[in-house]
Amino acid sequence: MNPDITAVDHHDDHGPEQGKGFIGFAKRWVFTTNHKDIGTLYLLLALLNFFVAGGMALLMRVELFHPGHRFIDPNFYNQMTTMHGLIMLFGVIMPAFTGMANWQIPMMIGAPDMALPRLNNWSFWILPFAFLLLLSTMIQAGGGPNFGWTMYAPLSTKYAPPSTDFMIFSVHMMGISSIMGSINIVATILNMRAPGMTMMKLPMFCWTWLVTAFLLIAIMPVLAGAVTMMLADRHFGTSFFDAAGGGDPILFQHIFWFFGHPEVYVLVLPAFGVISEVIPTFSRKKLFGYNFMVYATGCIAFLSFIVWAHHMFTTGIPLGAELFFMYATMLISVPTGIKVFNWVSTMFRGSMTFETPMLFAVAFVFMFTFGGFTGLMLSLVPADYQYQDTYFVVAHFHYVLVPGVVFALFAGTYYWLPKWTGHMYNECLGKWHFWLSTISVNILFMPMHFVGLAGMPRRIPDYALQFTNFNMIITVGGFIFGISQLLFAWNVIRTIRGGNKVDARVWEGSHGLEWTLPSPPPYHSFTTPPNVH
Amino acid sequence: MQTENRKLLAILLLVVIGMFGFGFAMVPIYNSLCKSLGINGKITEANRSAISLSQDNNRILKVEFVATNNSSVPWKFYPTVKQVELHPGEMYRLSFYAENKTNHKMIVQAIPSITPGLAAKYLKKTECFCFAQQALNGHEAMYMPLLFHVDKDIPRNINTITLSYTLFDITDRL
Amino acid sequence: MLRKLQLSKALFIVFCLVSCNVVFAEADSWQLNMFKGVTPVSRDIYNLHMIAMLVCAIIGFVVFGIMIYTLVHHRKSKGYQAARFHDNTRLEIVWTIIPFLILLGLAFPATRTLIRLDNVERSEVTVKIVGSQWKWEYYYLDEGVHFFSNLSTPYAQIQNKKTKDKNYLLSVDNEVVVPIERKIRFLVTSADVIHSWWVPELGIKRDAMPGFMYEAWARIEKPGVYRGQCTELCGVGHAYMPIVVRAVTMEEYQQWIKQKALEQKTWNEAQINLAGQKTMTRKELMQLGKDKYNMVCAACHQENGLGIPPMYPALKGSSYAVGYPIDRHINIILNGSTGSAMQSYSDMLSNEEIAAIVTYERNAWENNTNDIVQPIDIAKLRVMGNQKPNVVKKSKVGGLK
Repeated sequence: MNPDITAVDHHDDHGPEQGKGFIGFAKRWVFTTNHKDIGTLYLLLALLNFFVAGGMALLMRVELFHPGHRFIDPNFYNQMTTMHGLIMLFGVIMPAFTGMANWQIPMMIGAPDMALPRLNNWSFWILPFAFLLLLSTMIQAGGGPNFGWTMYAPLSTKYAPPSTDFMIFSVHMMGISSIMGSINIVATILNMRAPGMTMMKLPMFCWTWLVTAFLLIAIMPVLAGAVTMMLADRHFGTSFFDAAGGGDPILFQHIFWFFGHPEVYVLVLPAFGVISEVIPTFSRKKLFGYNFMVYATGCIAFLSFIVWAHHMFTTGIPLGAELFFMYATMLISVPTGIKVFNWVSTMFRGSMTFETPMLFAVAFVFMFTFGGFTGLMLSLVPADYQYQDTYFVVAHFHYVLVPGVVFALFAGTYYWLPKWTGHMYNECLGKWHFWLSTISVNILFMPMHFVGLAGMPRRIPDYALQFTNFNMIITVGGFIFGISQLLFAWNVIRTIRGGNKVDARVWEGSHGLEWTLPSPPPYHSFTTPPNVH
Repeated sequence: MQTENRKLLAILLLVVIGMFGFGFAMVPIYNSLCKSLGINGKITEANRSAISLSQDNNRILKVEFVATNNSSVPWKFYPTVKQVELHPGEMYRLSFYAENKTNHKMIVQAIPSITPGLAAKYLKKTECFCFAQQALNGHEAMYMPLLFHVDKDIPRNINTITLSYTLFDITDRL
Repeated sequence: MLRKLQLSKALFIVFCLVSCNVVFAEADSWQLNMFKGVTPVSRDIYNLHMIAMLVCAIIGFVVFGIMIYTLVHHRKSKGYQAARFHDNTRLEIVWTIIPFLILLGLAFPATRTLIRLDNVERSEVTVKIVGSQWKWEYYYLDEGVHFFSNLSTPYAQIQNKKTKDKNYLLSVDNEVVVPIERKIRFLVTSADVIHSWWVPELGIKRDAMPGFMYEAWARIEKPGVYRGQCTELCGVGHAYMPIVVRAVTMEEYQQWIKQKALEQKTWNEAQINLAGQKTMTRKELMQLGKDKYNMVCAACHQENGLGIPPMYPALKGSSYAVGYPIDRHINIILNGSTGSAMQSYSDMLSNEEIAAIVTYERNAWENNTNDIVQPIDIAKLRVMGNQKPNVVKKSKVGGLK
């Protein structure tokens, strides 16, 4: 791609409009409609939430270091379980990718900003309020929500603490934020590409986000419906999920997982996008099989809608349903496999260097694939009878989410941070972060497979003696992993504030419109669209 | 550009509203799917016209009756017959004993569940105490009738059916 | 250095996959693999699990092998020049079809096992299982035997005040006894929230849904004791409701059933036999009361009596525990409070136990009422509750729900 940049960027002098002092600072960040600023806000919120939710996980791991009631009582432990899940999904991964989308998509397609900049501002600012509300539930009478992020009824309706209503309201707000953000992304990608940027020239990060945005538009309203029905059952005398009134607890599970399964693909597709950007750059070779990567993304998205009941295999759904969902779930491994093979083929006979983004990307391919294998095992219904609701499942989804999605987030951050800030991050610190994280993440999550197979259920604050050894190892791994993330936070903050200057290209093998802009890019970039050949 | 964006915004907002509605529509869709496929084991409507006209004497089915109290409903609740062997198509009547062990009036609802799930649509109830709420004053008891038959078309691979009732207290809801 | 560490990372992953195939699974503290179990279903599941792992290991070996080779050799630092190819439709189709075929291969044994799992017909013993917060109830429908199965690990062990015994959190007061070599049908439901009945060595997991009944089966081939746990988050006591199944010969089973039925009869009669009630000292009442309270009541009302309001009210200073009449206090334990999470304990706790709990609650945490409640007070209320009912003819069979 050879963009033709006519030298219109005299905007170097015109940075963000920021008034004097603290009021000026606050007004700039509260009222900004600039995609770069909003991207930064999303990313910083995600980083903060990462440590909040991570801290909750460490509290759980402290309790699980040894059997017996040690530090936190079961009710608080259940609240930690619930909050850790809700915040990691809705407060870390989704905002982080939305932040990357905000920063990158306009630059990658040669657009000056997102399609709906004021909506963009709203989409972000709902979130801090949503999270404050969510966190406030923990200090309300009766404590916070303690029924797991999956909120199964009737534990979450009839038997739940009063703060559940506030959690529901918070989920509504997060949902609205996601929906608005997704509409923005769809409109931007469909309508604002520079001339010559056809759909089949879109960078993979944009493709995966486009598909993700459609998924979000389809599923977040269903979640909103589910939690509204919960609210109605709690207060308005309905019986959606209460057998006494003719309802059915399983109905909640169906509605929830109809949202919940595509949701996990919402979490992973942007990660796939990031990896598809990083690997070609550091292999100095174009992404292998671009067309098939696009089709595979679409297939995964389509299939994600018809597999939800694989979370419900033990609930007594009929044989026919179990067979259908088993086959459909197994099928998803085909397009996912295509993606993995294509990444490997991109690396194959490339000329690789291993800067930090590439390290994380390669680790992603190894460990996400490993998580995918356990996913395939879980899809086999009879085997799932022994895995369901045990630590085997916890191991599976943490493998795809932590050394999977979170590593992709790290890869993307290290990859694009020099572009965003104009400074190179500290490579030595980056490598330390990588190795400590990789080794500790395996110490943390690999043994979970074993205790799950040995019979340890999920969501328990205390366990039988035979699980002690592995739980101790897991806790140690968890703490090393948690502390290693401080290296990341420190590196990011340092890089924002200063560091070696970088040029526009930053990485030798990078291609794409964003690498034609200076680093950092001007506050308003591509005010005149480039021509793409 | 503005109009294109606005148009797309409008379309996507409609999709959002549509999906929200779909979430709620899943409730009746689920219920009607369960009813028509006969799965989920939950049949709560009256088949008052479901009188069996003939029976298949070549097969014997075992039907078991089970009663459970939800959430400590302080009633005695049990079937007077624990199980019966009958032919498909044969009408059978039994009663469930219900006693309110408290001092005050209570209203309950019995919710049926049939296992195996696929047998649900073949078990046709003509009279059932589960069709209505039942009320008893303190220290009163009654025998609640159930009249049913198993449809002759029940597949050959189902030979044991368990009909289970769970008693829920709905005094507070009314 | 880099290459070695990446190599060893990959090797570690492969090693884990492979070693799971090789290590024999025992119920030990380093158990790596699933239980083979003692039923045909559990063995089928184990075999399916091993096949799936083998398939994944082979695919992993191939893919990771190629990756490691690439990482080692196709580096700029080694002077390797990047090739220029970036697509190959035929290859893409090949590696779409081959995985699909592999999946087909996996689908056959999975389907076969599932169909076998689902076939509950021709069972010989039926056990109804009702899950509630936080215990299991078992009903042997044909024999009329019914009992509760509570966690029997002493509270002191959970609080780390005593050494934990071998079956910490996995032992119960009443085990589920079943005969070997008979097809046993388990009917599973719940009395409040969703629970899940899981015994790994039997290969059974069934979610317990309130208002719905589901079934599962097992044919146990080896006598022994098999332990499991509740496997669906059901509140604060989720970790504390284990399952213990004891499989014995048919003769032992029949003996046990008879004995259990007799025990049940004796227990029921003892509770309403006004003449036969014990008198307990205050010390005995407070000791038993504290033990029972911590095991049964403290999950909600907390060891310190402060509860978790508003769902679980405080007992310290509560009008039930310090106010009068005391009968109100006793009745709420005997009969529960419908519409709330407070269950009826009349079937689970004896007169001594309830009297002890009430005495403890009325005197602990500075409630200090100095009230002593004896078993006979409880028995009297039970008898009153058991009075002969007035049989009426008012059941409705039709009309609106």
